[in-house]
Amino acid sequence: MSEKKINIPEGMEKVFTRTKGLTDMPFTYCPGCHHGIAHRLVGEALEELGVIEDTIGVAPVGCSVFAYLFFNVDTIVAPHGRAPALATGIKRVHPDKVVFTYQGDGDLAAIGTAEIVHAANRGENITVIFINNAIYGMTGGQMAPTTLIGQVTETSPYGRDPKVAGYPIRISEMLAQLEGSYYIARVALNNGANILKAKKSILKAFKNQIEGKGFSLIEVLSTCPTNWGVTPIEANNWIKEKMIPVYPLGVFKDKDKEEGENNA
Amino acid sequence: MKGNEAIGEAAIMAGCTHYFGYPITPQSELTAYMARMLPKKGGVFLQSESEVAAINMLYGAGAAGARVMTSSSGPGISLMSEGISYIACSEIPVVLVNIQRGGPGLGTIQPAQSDYLQATKGGGHGDYHLIVLAPSSVQELVDLTQKAFDLADKYRNPVMVLGDGLLGQMMEPVEIKEIKPKHYDKSWALTGAKGRAPHRITSFDIDPYKLEEVVWKLKKKYEEIEKNEIMYEEVDTEDAEILIMAFGSVGRISKTVIRELRDEGIKVGLLRPITLWPFPSEKVYEVASRIGKVLVSEMNAGQMVEDVEKAVKGKADIHFYGRPGGVVITPKELEEEIKRILGR
Amino acid sequence: MAALKGYIVIDEEICKGCGLCTTACPVHIIELADYFNSHGYHPAVLKEPDKCTGCTMCALICPDVAIEVYREPIKKGV
Repeated sequence: MSEKKINIPEGMEKVFTRTKGLTDMPFTYCPGCHHGIAHRLVGEALEELGVIEDTIGVAPVGCSVFAYLFFNVDTIVAPHGRAPALATGIKRVHPDKVVFTYQGDGDLAAIGTAEIVHAANRGENITVIFINNAIYGMTGGQMAPTTLIGQVTETSPYGRDPKVAGYPIRISEMLAQLEGSYYIARVALNNGANILKAKKSILKAFKNQIEGKGFSLIEVLSTCPTNWGVTPIEANNWIKEKMIPVYPLGVFKDKDKEEGENNA
Repeated sequence: MKGNEAIGEAAIMAGCTHYFGYPITPQSELTAYMARMLPKKGGVFLQSESEVAAINMLYGAGAAGARVMTSSSGPGISLMSEGISYIACSEIPVVLVNIQRGGPGLGTIQPAQSDYLQATKGGGHGDYHLIVLAPSSVQELVDLTQKAFDLADKYRNPVMVLGDGLLGQMMEPVEIKEIKPKHYDKSWALTGAKGRAPHRITSFDIDPYKLEEVVWKLKKKYEEIEKNEIMYEEVDTEDAEILIMAFGSVGRISKTVIRELRDEGIKVGLLRPITLWPFPSEKVYEVASRIGKVLVSEMNAGQMVEDVEKAVKGKADIHFYGRPGGVVITPKELEEEIKRILGR
Repeated sequence: MAALKGYIVIDEEICKGCGLCTTACPVHIIELADYFNSHGYHPAVLKEPDKCTGCTMCALICPDVAIEVYREPIKKGV
């Protein structure tokens, strides 16, 4: 902590502090980057469920390759896109542990499409946190499969043209089609209300695993102010104005609800 | 037992608990055997969606502390090369089986020795080595598969059993022993950080000096392996006029050649490397330089011959006879080649 | 019922001056300082502590977990 004098008024109790699911290391992410919020929500979920010491995380290739420094759990870094396969191997060895992957849009929606589809299709009892910021951050802002039509990136300098480069890919809707998917939801982190909803979804996604229910994926619409070329505050607005219309928030699959209907 | 199935049984008897693989000719019987037998022994079989997925499932499961195996042929091993590099850098014990077929490309389904260079010189990126074992009979397939698990755990390194379609498909009587795995320290594994600091397995560092340390550490390990684990077979070299150097199935075929030519009065010997990496360079130099004439024979266009030339350091004449593309060398061809070289 | 009283402590060295907390605060009492921290960022500062209700919106949106929040406990029966 800094040297400034801290005068906490008498009688107040601490109501918000850093979760034990995270290490003490300050995030190395850019100012305003939503990785920090997403990491924190995952850490909080693990702490609230009491499973920090029973969790194994699989980090991706991308900005969050460094997740191994920030999550206070056993972690392995997977080759690009392969995290769901590693998670499958780990979960098949330790079915009683909590195994999660944390992946970006290049990792999951480009190079790793086969691995995530098949992990979902097999109904692997893992939790996947999918960070969708419509761009490749780590490598300097290239087009992602999730990049919006007309969005300017390093490799779509004239704006994404669907005739040349296809369309933004809606992973949640796609994976929800698979019988093996148990819980698929899309959330955002651009304001307090959305963050609270995201936390609920992430908690449920981990709880599902602990209860042995099967494959849960939370797609998190996030900002990349640096590569979008805007301020963090502008980036949060961009999510509301540009991304949510293309990637609607909501729950696309929830077998809990389906089973409830069947039993009605 | 059929070679492919014998590998499976040997692995199970050596304590392999997890197998992830994808069908490919000529090894699919091994994948199917593991599917049938591994669950019966309380193990886990999973057919992955590709070889890319298989090697990465292996990476995760091996990192979680289990004894794990996968198998494939050349095209699949190419897909696994990325994962192999990560596994080698992270020092995760895994066993890989390559039942070779003709290559390159989609190749053929017939047996070949086309992946010697891929197995011994890389395939995956970066400074690493696989331990490569080359059996030449179904019994050796069994023994070397079991040894592979041991070597993998002892050195925390991926180990490859380099077979071929001939061995995979042939049926021979075998003895398979149950091996209780020795105690190996797996305290580095991913098991959930209860009562200890979390483990991080990365194969990555943003600091090149840290990665340099890792690579030198691997190099020291490889030097240990080179010192301790070289295996080869020497047949009739004491009075040989010409030395055959061959591995795997061609090593086996060479023994017939030796017998038949010696019946005709031509003294032939064989030096058969069993570890292709580490390569028995010193032994090769010793025997080849004494005999003076070497015929390297492989079912490829010339791969091990490069290592032989390097080991011999010019102290013997080196000849090469190869049949690539999945064509199997017959004893007669080899005998005619030897007679041609010796002018008989 | 009167709003609860709260207080926040911002770690000025971890803060990257992203400004998100300044928009999240419902009573607009966080601003970015004129001065720099040692990383060259303008850290966020609580400019009117008396108005803080400890709602935690700033801490929720902070991507760097730089904010700790304090609040008086809810008095029963009031």
